[in-house]
Amino acid sequence: MNVVSVSKEWQKAEPKVAKIETISAPEPAAIPPAAGVSVLKRYGAVIFNILRALFPAALGLAIFVGLWAIVAHRSGLPGPMPTWNSALKLFSDPFYQRGPNDQGIGWNVLRSLSRVGMGFGLAAVIGIPLGFLIGRFAFLSKMMSPIISLLRPVSPLAWLPIGLYVFKEAQPAAIWVIFISSIWPMIINTAVGVTRIPQDYLNVARVLKLSEWKVFTKVLFPAVLPYMMTGVRLSIGVAWLVIVAAEMLTGGVGLGFWVWDEWNNLNVEHIIIAIFVVGIIGLLLEQLLLLLARRFDYAEK
Amino acid sequence: MKRYVQLENVQKVFETKKGRFVALRDINLSVHEGEFVSIIGHSGCGKSTLLNLITGLSTASDGVLLCAGREIAGPGPDRAVVFQNHSLLPWMSCFDNVYLAVERVFGAQESKTQLRQRTHDALKLVGLTDAAHKFPHEISGGMKQRVGIARALSMQPKVLLLDEPLGALDALTRAHLQDELAKLVAAIGCTTIMVTHDVDEAVLLSDRIVMMTNGPAATIGQILEIDIPRPRERLALAQDAHYLRLRGEVLRFLYGRQYIAA
Ligand SMILES: Nc1ncnc2c1ncn2[C@@H]1O[C@H](COP(=O)(O)OP(=O)(O)OP(=O)(O)O)[C@@H](O)[C@H]1O
Ligand SMILES: [Mg+2]
Repeated sequence: MNVVSVSKEWQKAEPKVAKIETISAPEPAAIPPAAGVSVLKRYGAVIFNILRALFPAALGLAIFVGLWAIVAHRSGLPGPMPTWNSALKLFSDPFYQRGPNDQGIGWNVLRSLSRVGMGFGLAAVIGIPLGFLIGRFAFLSKMMSPIISLLRPVSPLAWLPIGLYVFKEAQPAAIWVIFISSIWPMIINTAVGVTRIPQDYLNVARVLKLSEWKVFTKVLFPAVLPYMMTGVRLSIGVAWLVIVAAEMLTGGVGLGFWVWDEWNNLNVEHIIIAIFVVGIIGLLLEQLLLLLARRFDYAEK
Repeated sequence: MKRYVQLENVQKVFETKKGRFVALRDINLSVHEGEFVSIIGHSGCGKSTLLNLITGLSTASDGVLLCAGREIAGPGPDRAVVFQNHSLLPWMSCFDNVYLAVERVFGAQESKTQLRQRTHDALKLVGLTDAAHKFPHEISGGMKQRVGIARALSMQPKVLLLDEPLGALDALTRAHLQDELAKLVAAIGCTTIMVTHDVDEAVLLSDRIVMMTNGPAATIGQILEIDIPRPRERLALAQDAHYLRLRGEVLRFLYGRQYIAA
């Protein structure tokens, strides 16, 4: 057969996906007499691979702890061992309650998380729809862009006095700070996602003459979802970053207040523990959202 | 035979930053009901621009475009499109991609079961029953293009518009799908306009080939009648003198005076 192509068709040619028999399947059914040995070998290899994957991270942590020990030795900060022991004691009873200013670490974490949840939740409820509108209507985008550029770089804590003045109370003021500092990434990423929807998908919608609702649910929303999830992830990051500082200033039960309280008690071990707790919870939040984002990623390979 | 798609003195001008760019001028073409017309021309001459005008995705700067006697005012499901790059929605399975179109066209008067049946039928027509619940990124380029064709055919369009539907495929898959496309279109009998780069594809499938001059300000240079009886056999035609003469004619247009002038 001779196919005459008029132009440089090869530029568009997709790589041909060859059908290759899978040969990577684990050992065929017929296992030789020395089966036990081969199974052992295989598990050995698996364990070896896991160790090899974890090794760099473990080495990094070990060096970190080592440096910490040295610095602690020189400066009088609590070293890794005393901190570890103190942490064991602290976490043996995380949910005690002795008066309003002396509660277990568990309560402090939960209260901080709930503030972040409320502030961030409000920001999502307002920020994501706003992002859609800004992305969809150029006029709105031009209208909002100076406001966003002006307010976004403001340091989160600068909003605290306004919150205190308006709400006359610490709790809503802290939530307000979380809200105002975590709303921007969601607005911006959602709006960018909307403007980046490939024209092809919109053309499909136009040719089919889908209703506005169908366009939104079947085309716009799924196309924007990955961008939106990035915004959500960044927002949670910011919110968690800000909560400690906000609580230091507003008081009440919470990780930030706890750090400040322990500083007043000069319990440096607990301050270091708090730093780790904040870091680990931030890491977990990030991983959780990454996992969620991956579920929504339609992976157009 | 009835004139089904009619273009009169169509012109398309793009307003660009560097000023007016005349892409198409003086396009006059009428396509009969049930006819298969190919549009061929060098890259960038304005084939997609012309097809988009018929689709209704863009509007002509001047001239009249009619479909079934009515002015083309915008896109609509009576003119189904198979896009160059398949344009399947990646977050939906193949089945759902086709179902979206079926539901839009027949949703008002048919039950869910009937709609699902239509979707199944369309996928079966292109031989993809087994891949129905796979996602676009899980199937090959040829299969994606077939889903795109199934989606278009499932709408039972009056006019089928194809923009280099098989352009991105390797030669073997392309030949195979050309044969399938010929059969499908013959069976359904819808009016078809196809943009292509491939001379053999054009001669094999078309009743007429519209050859476009090079841009800018491209227009129709020549229209060639392909009076080879159907069904057409790829292998038998390879040595057929008439076929070769027609094929030669297209090649002469594309690489002859046109080409030198450009
Ligand atoms: N939106 C646009 N604005 C300005 N110029 C455009 C626009 N769309 C197309 N053109 C110009 O019109 C001409 C024709 O483009 P078109 O895409 O129709 O070519 P084509 O024949 O389909 O090419 P190909 O075979 O490579 O797909 C090109 O010179 C292109 O640069
Ligand atoms: Mg094109």
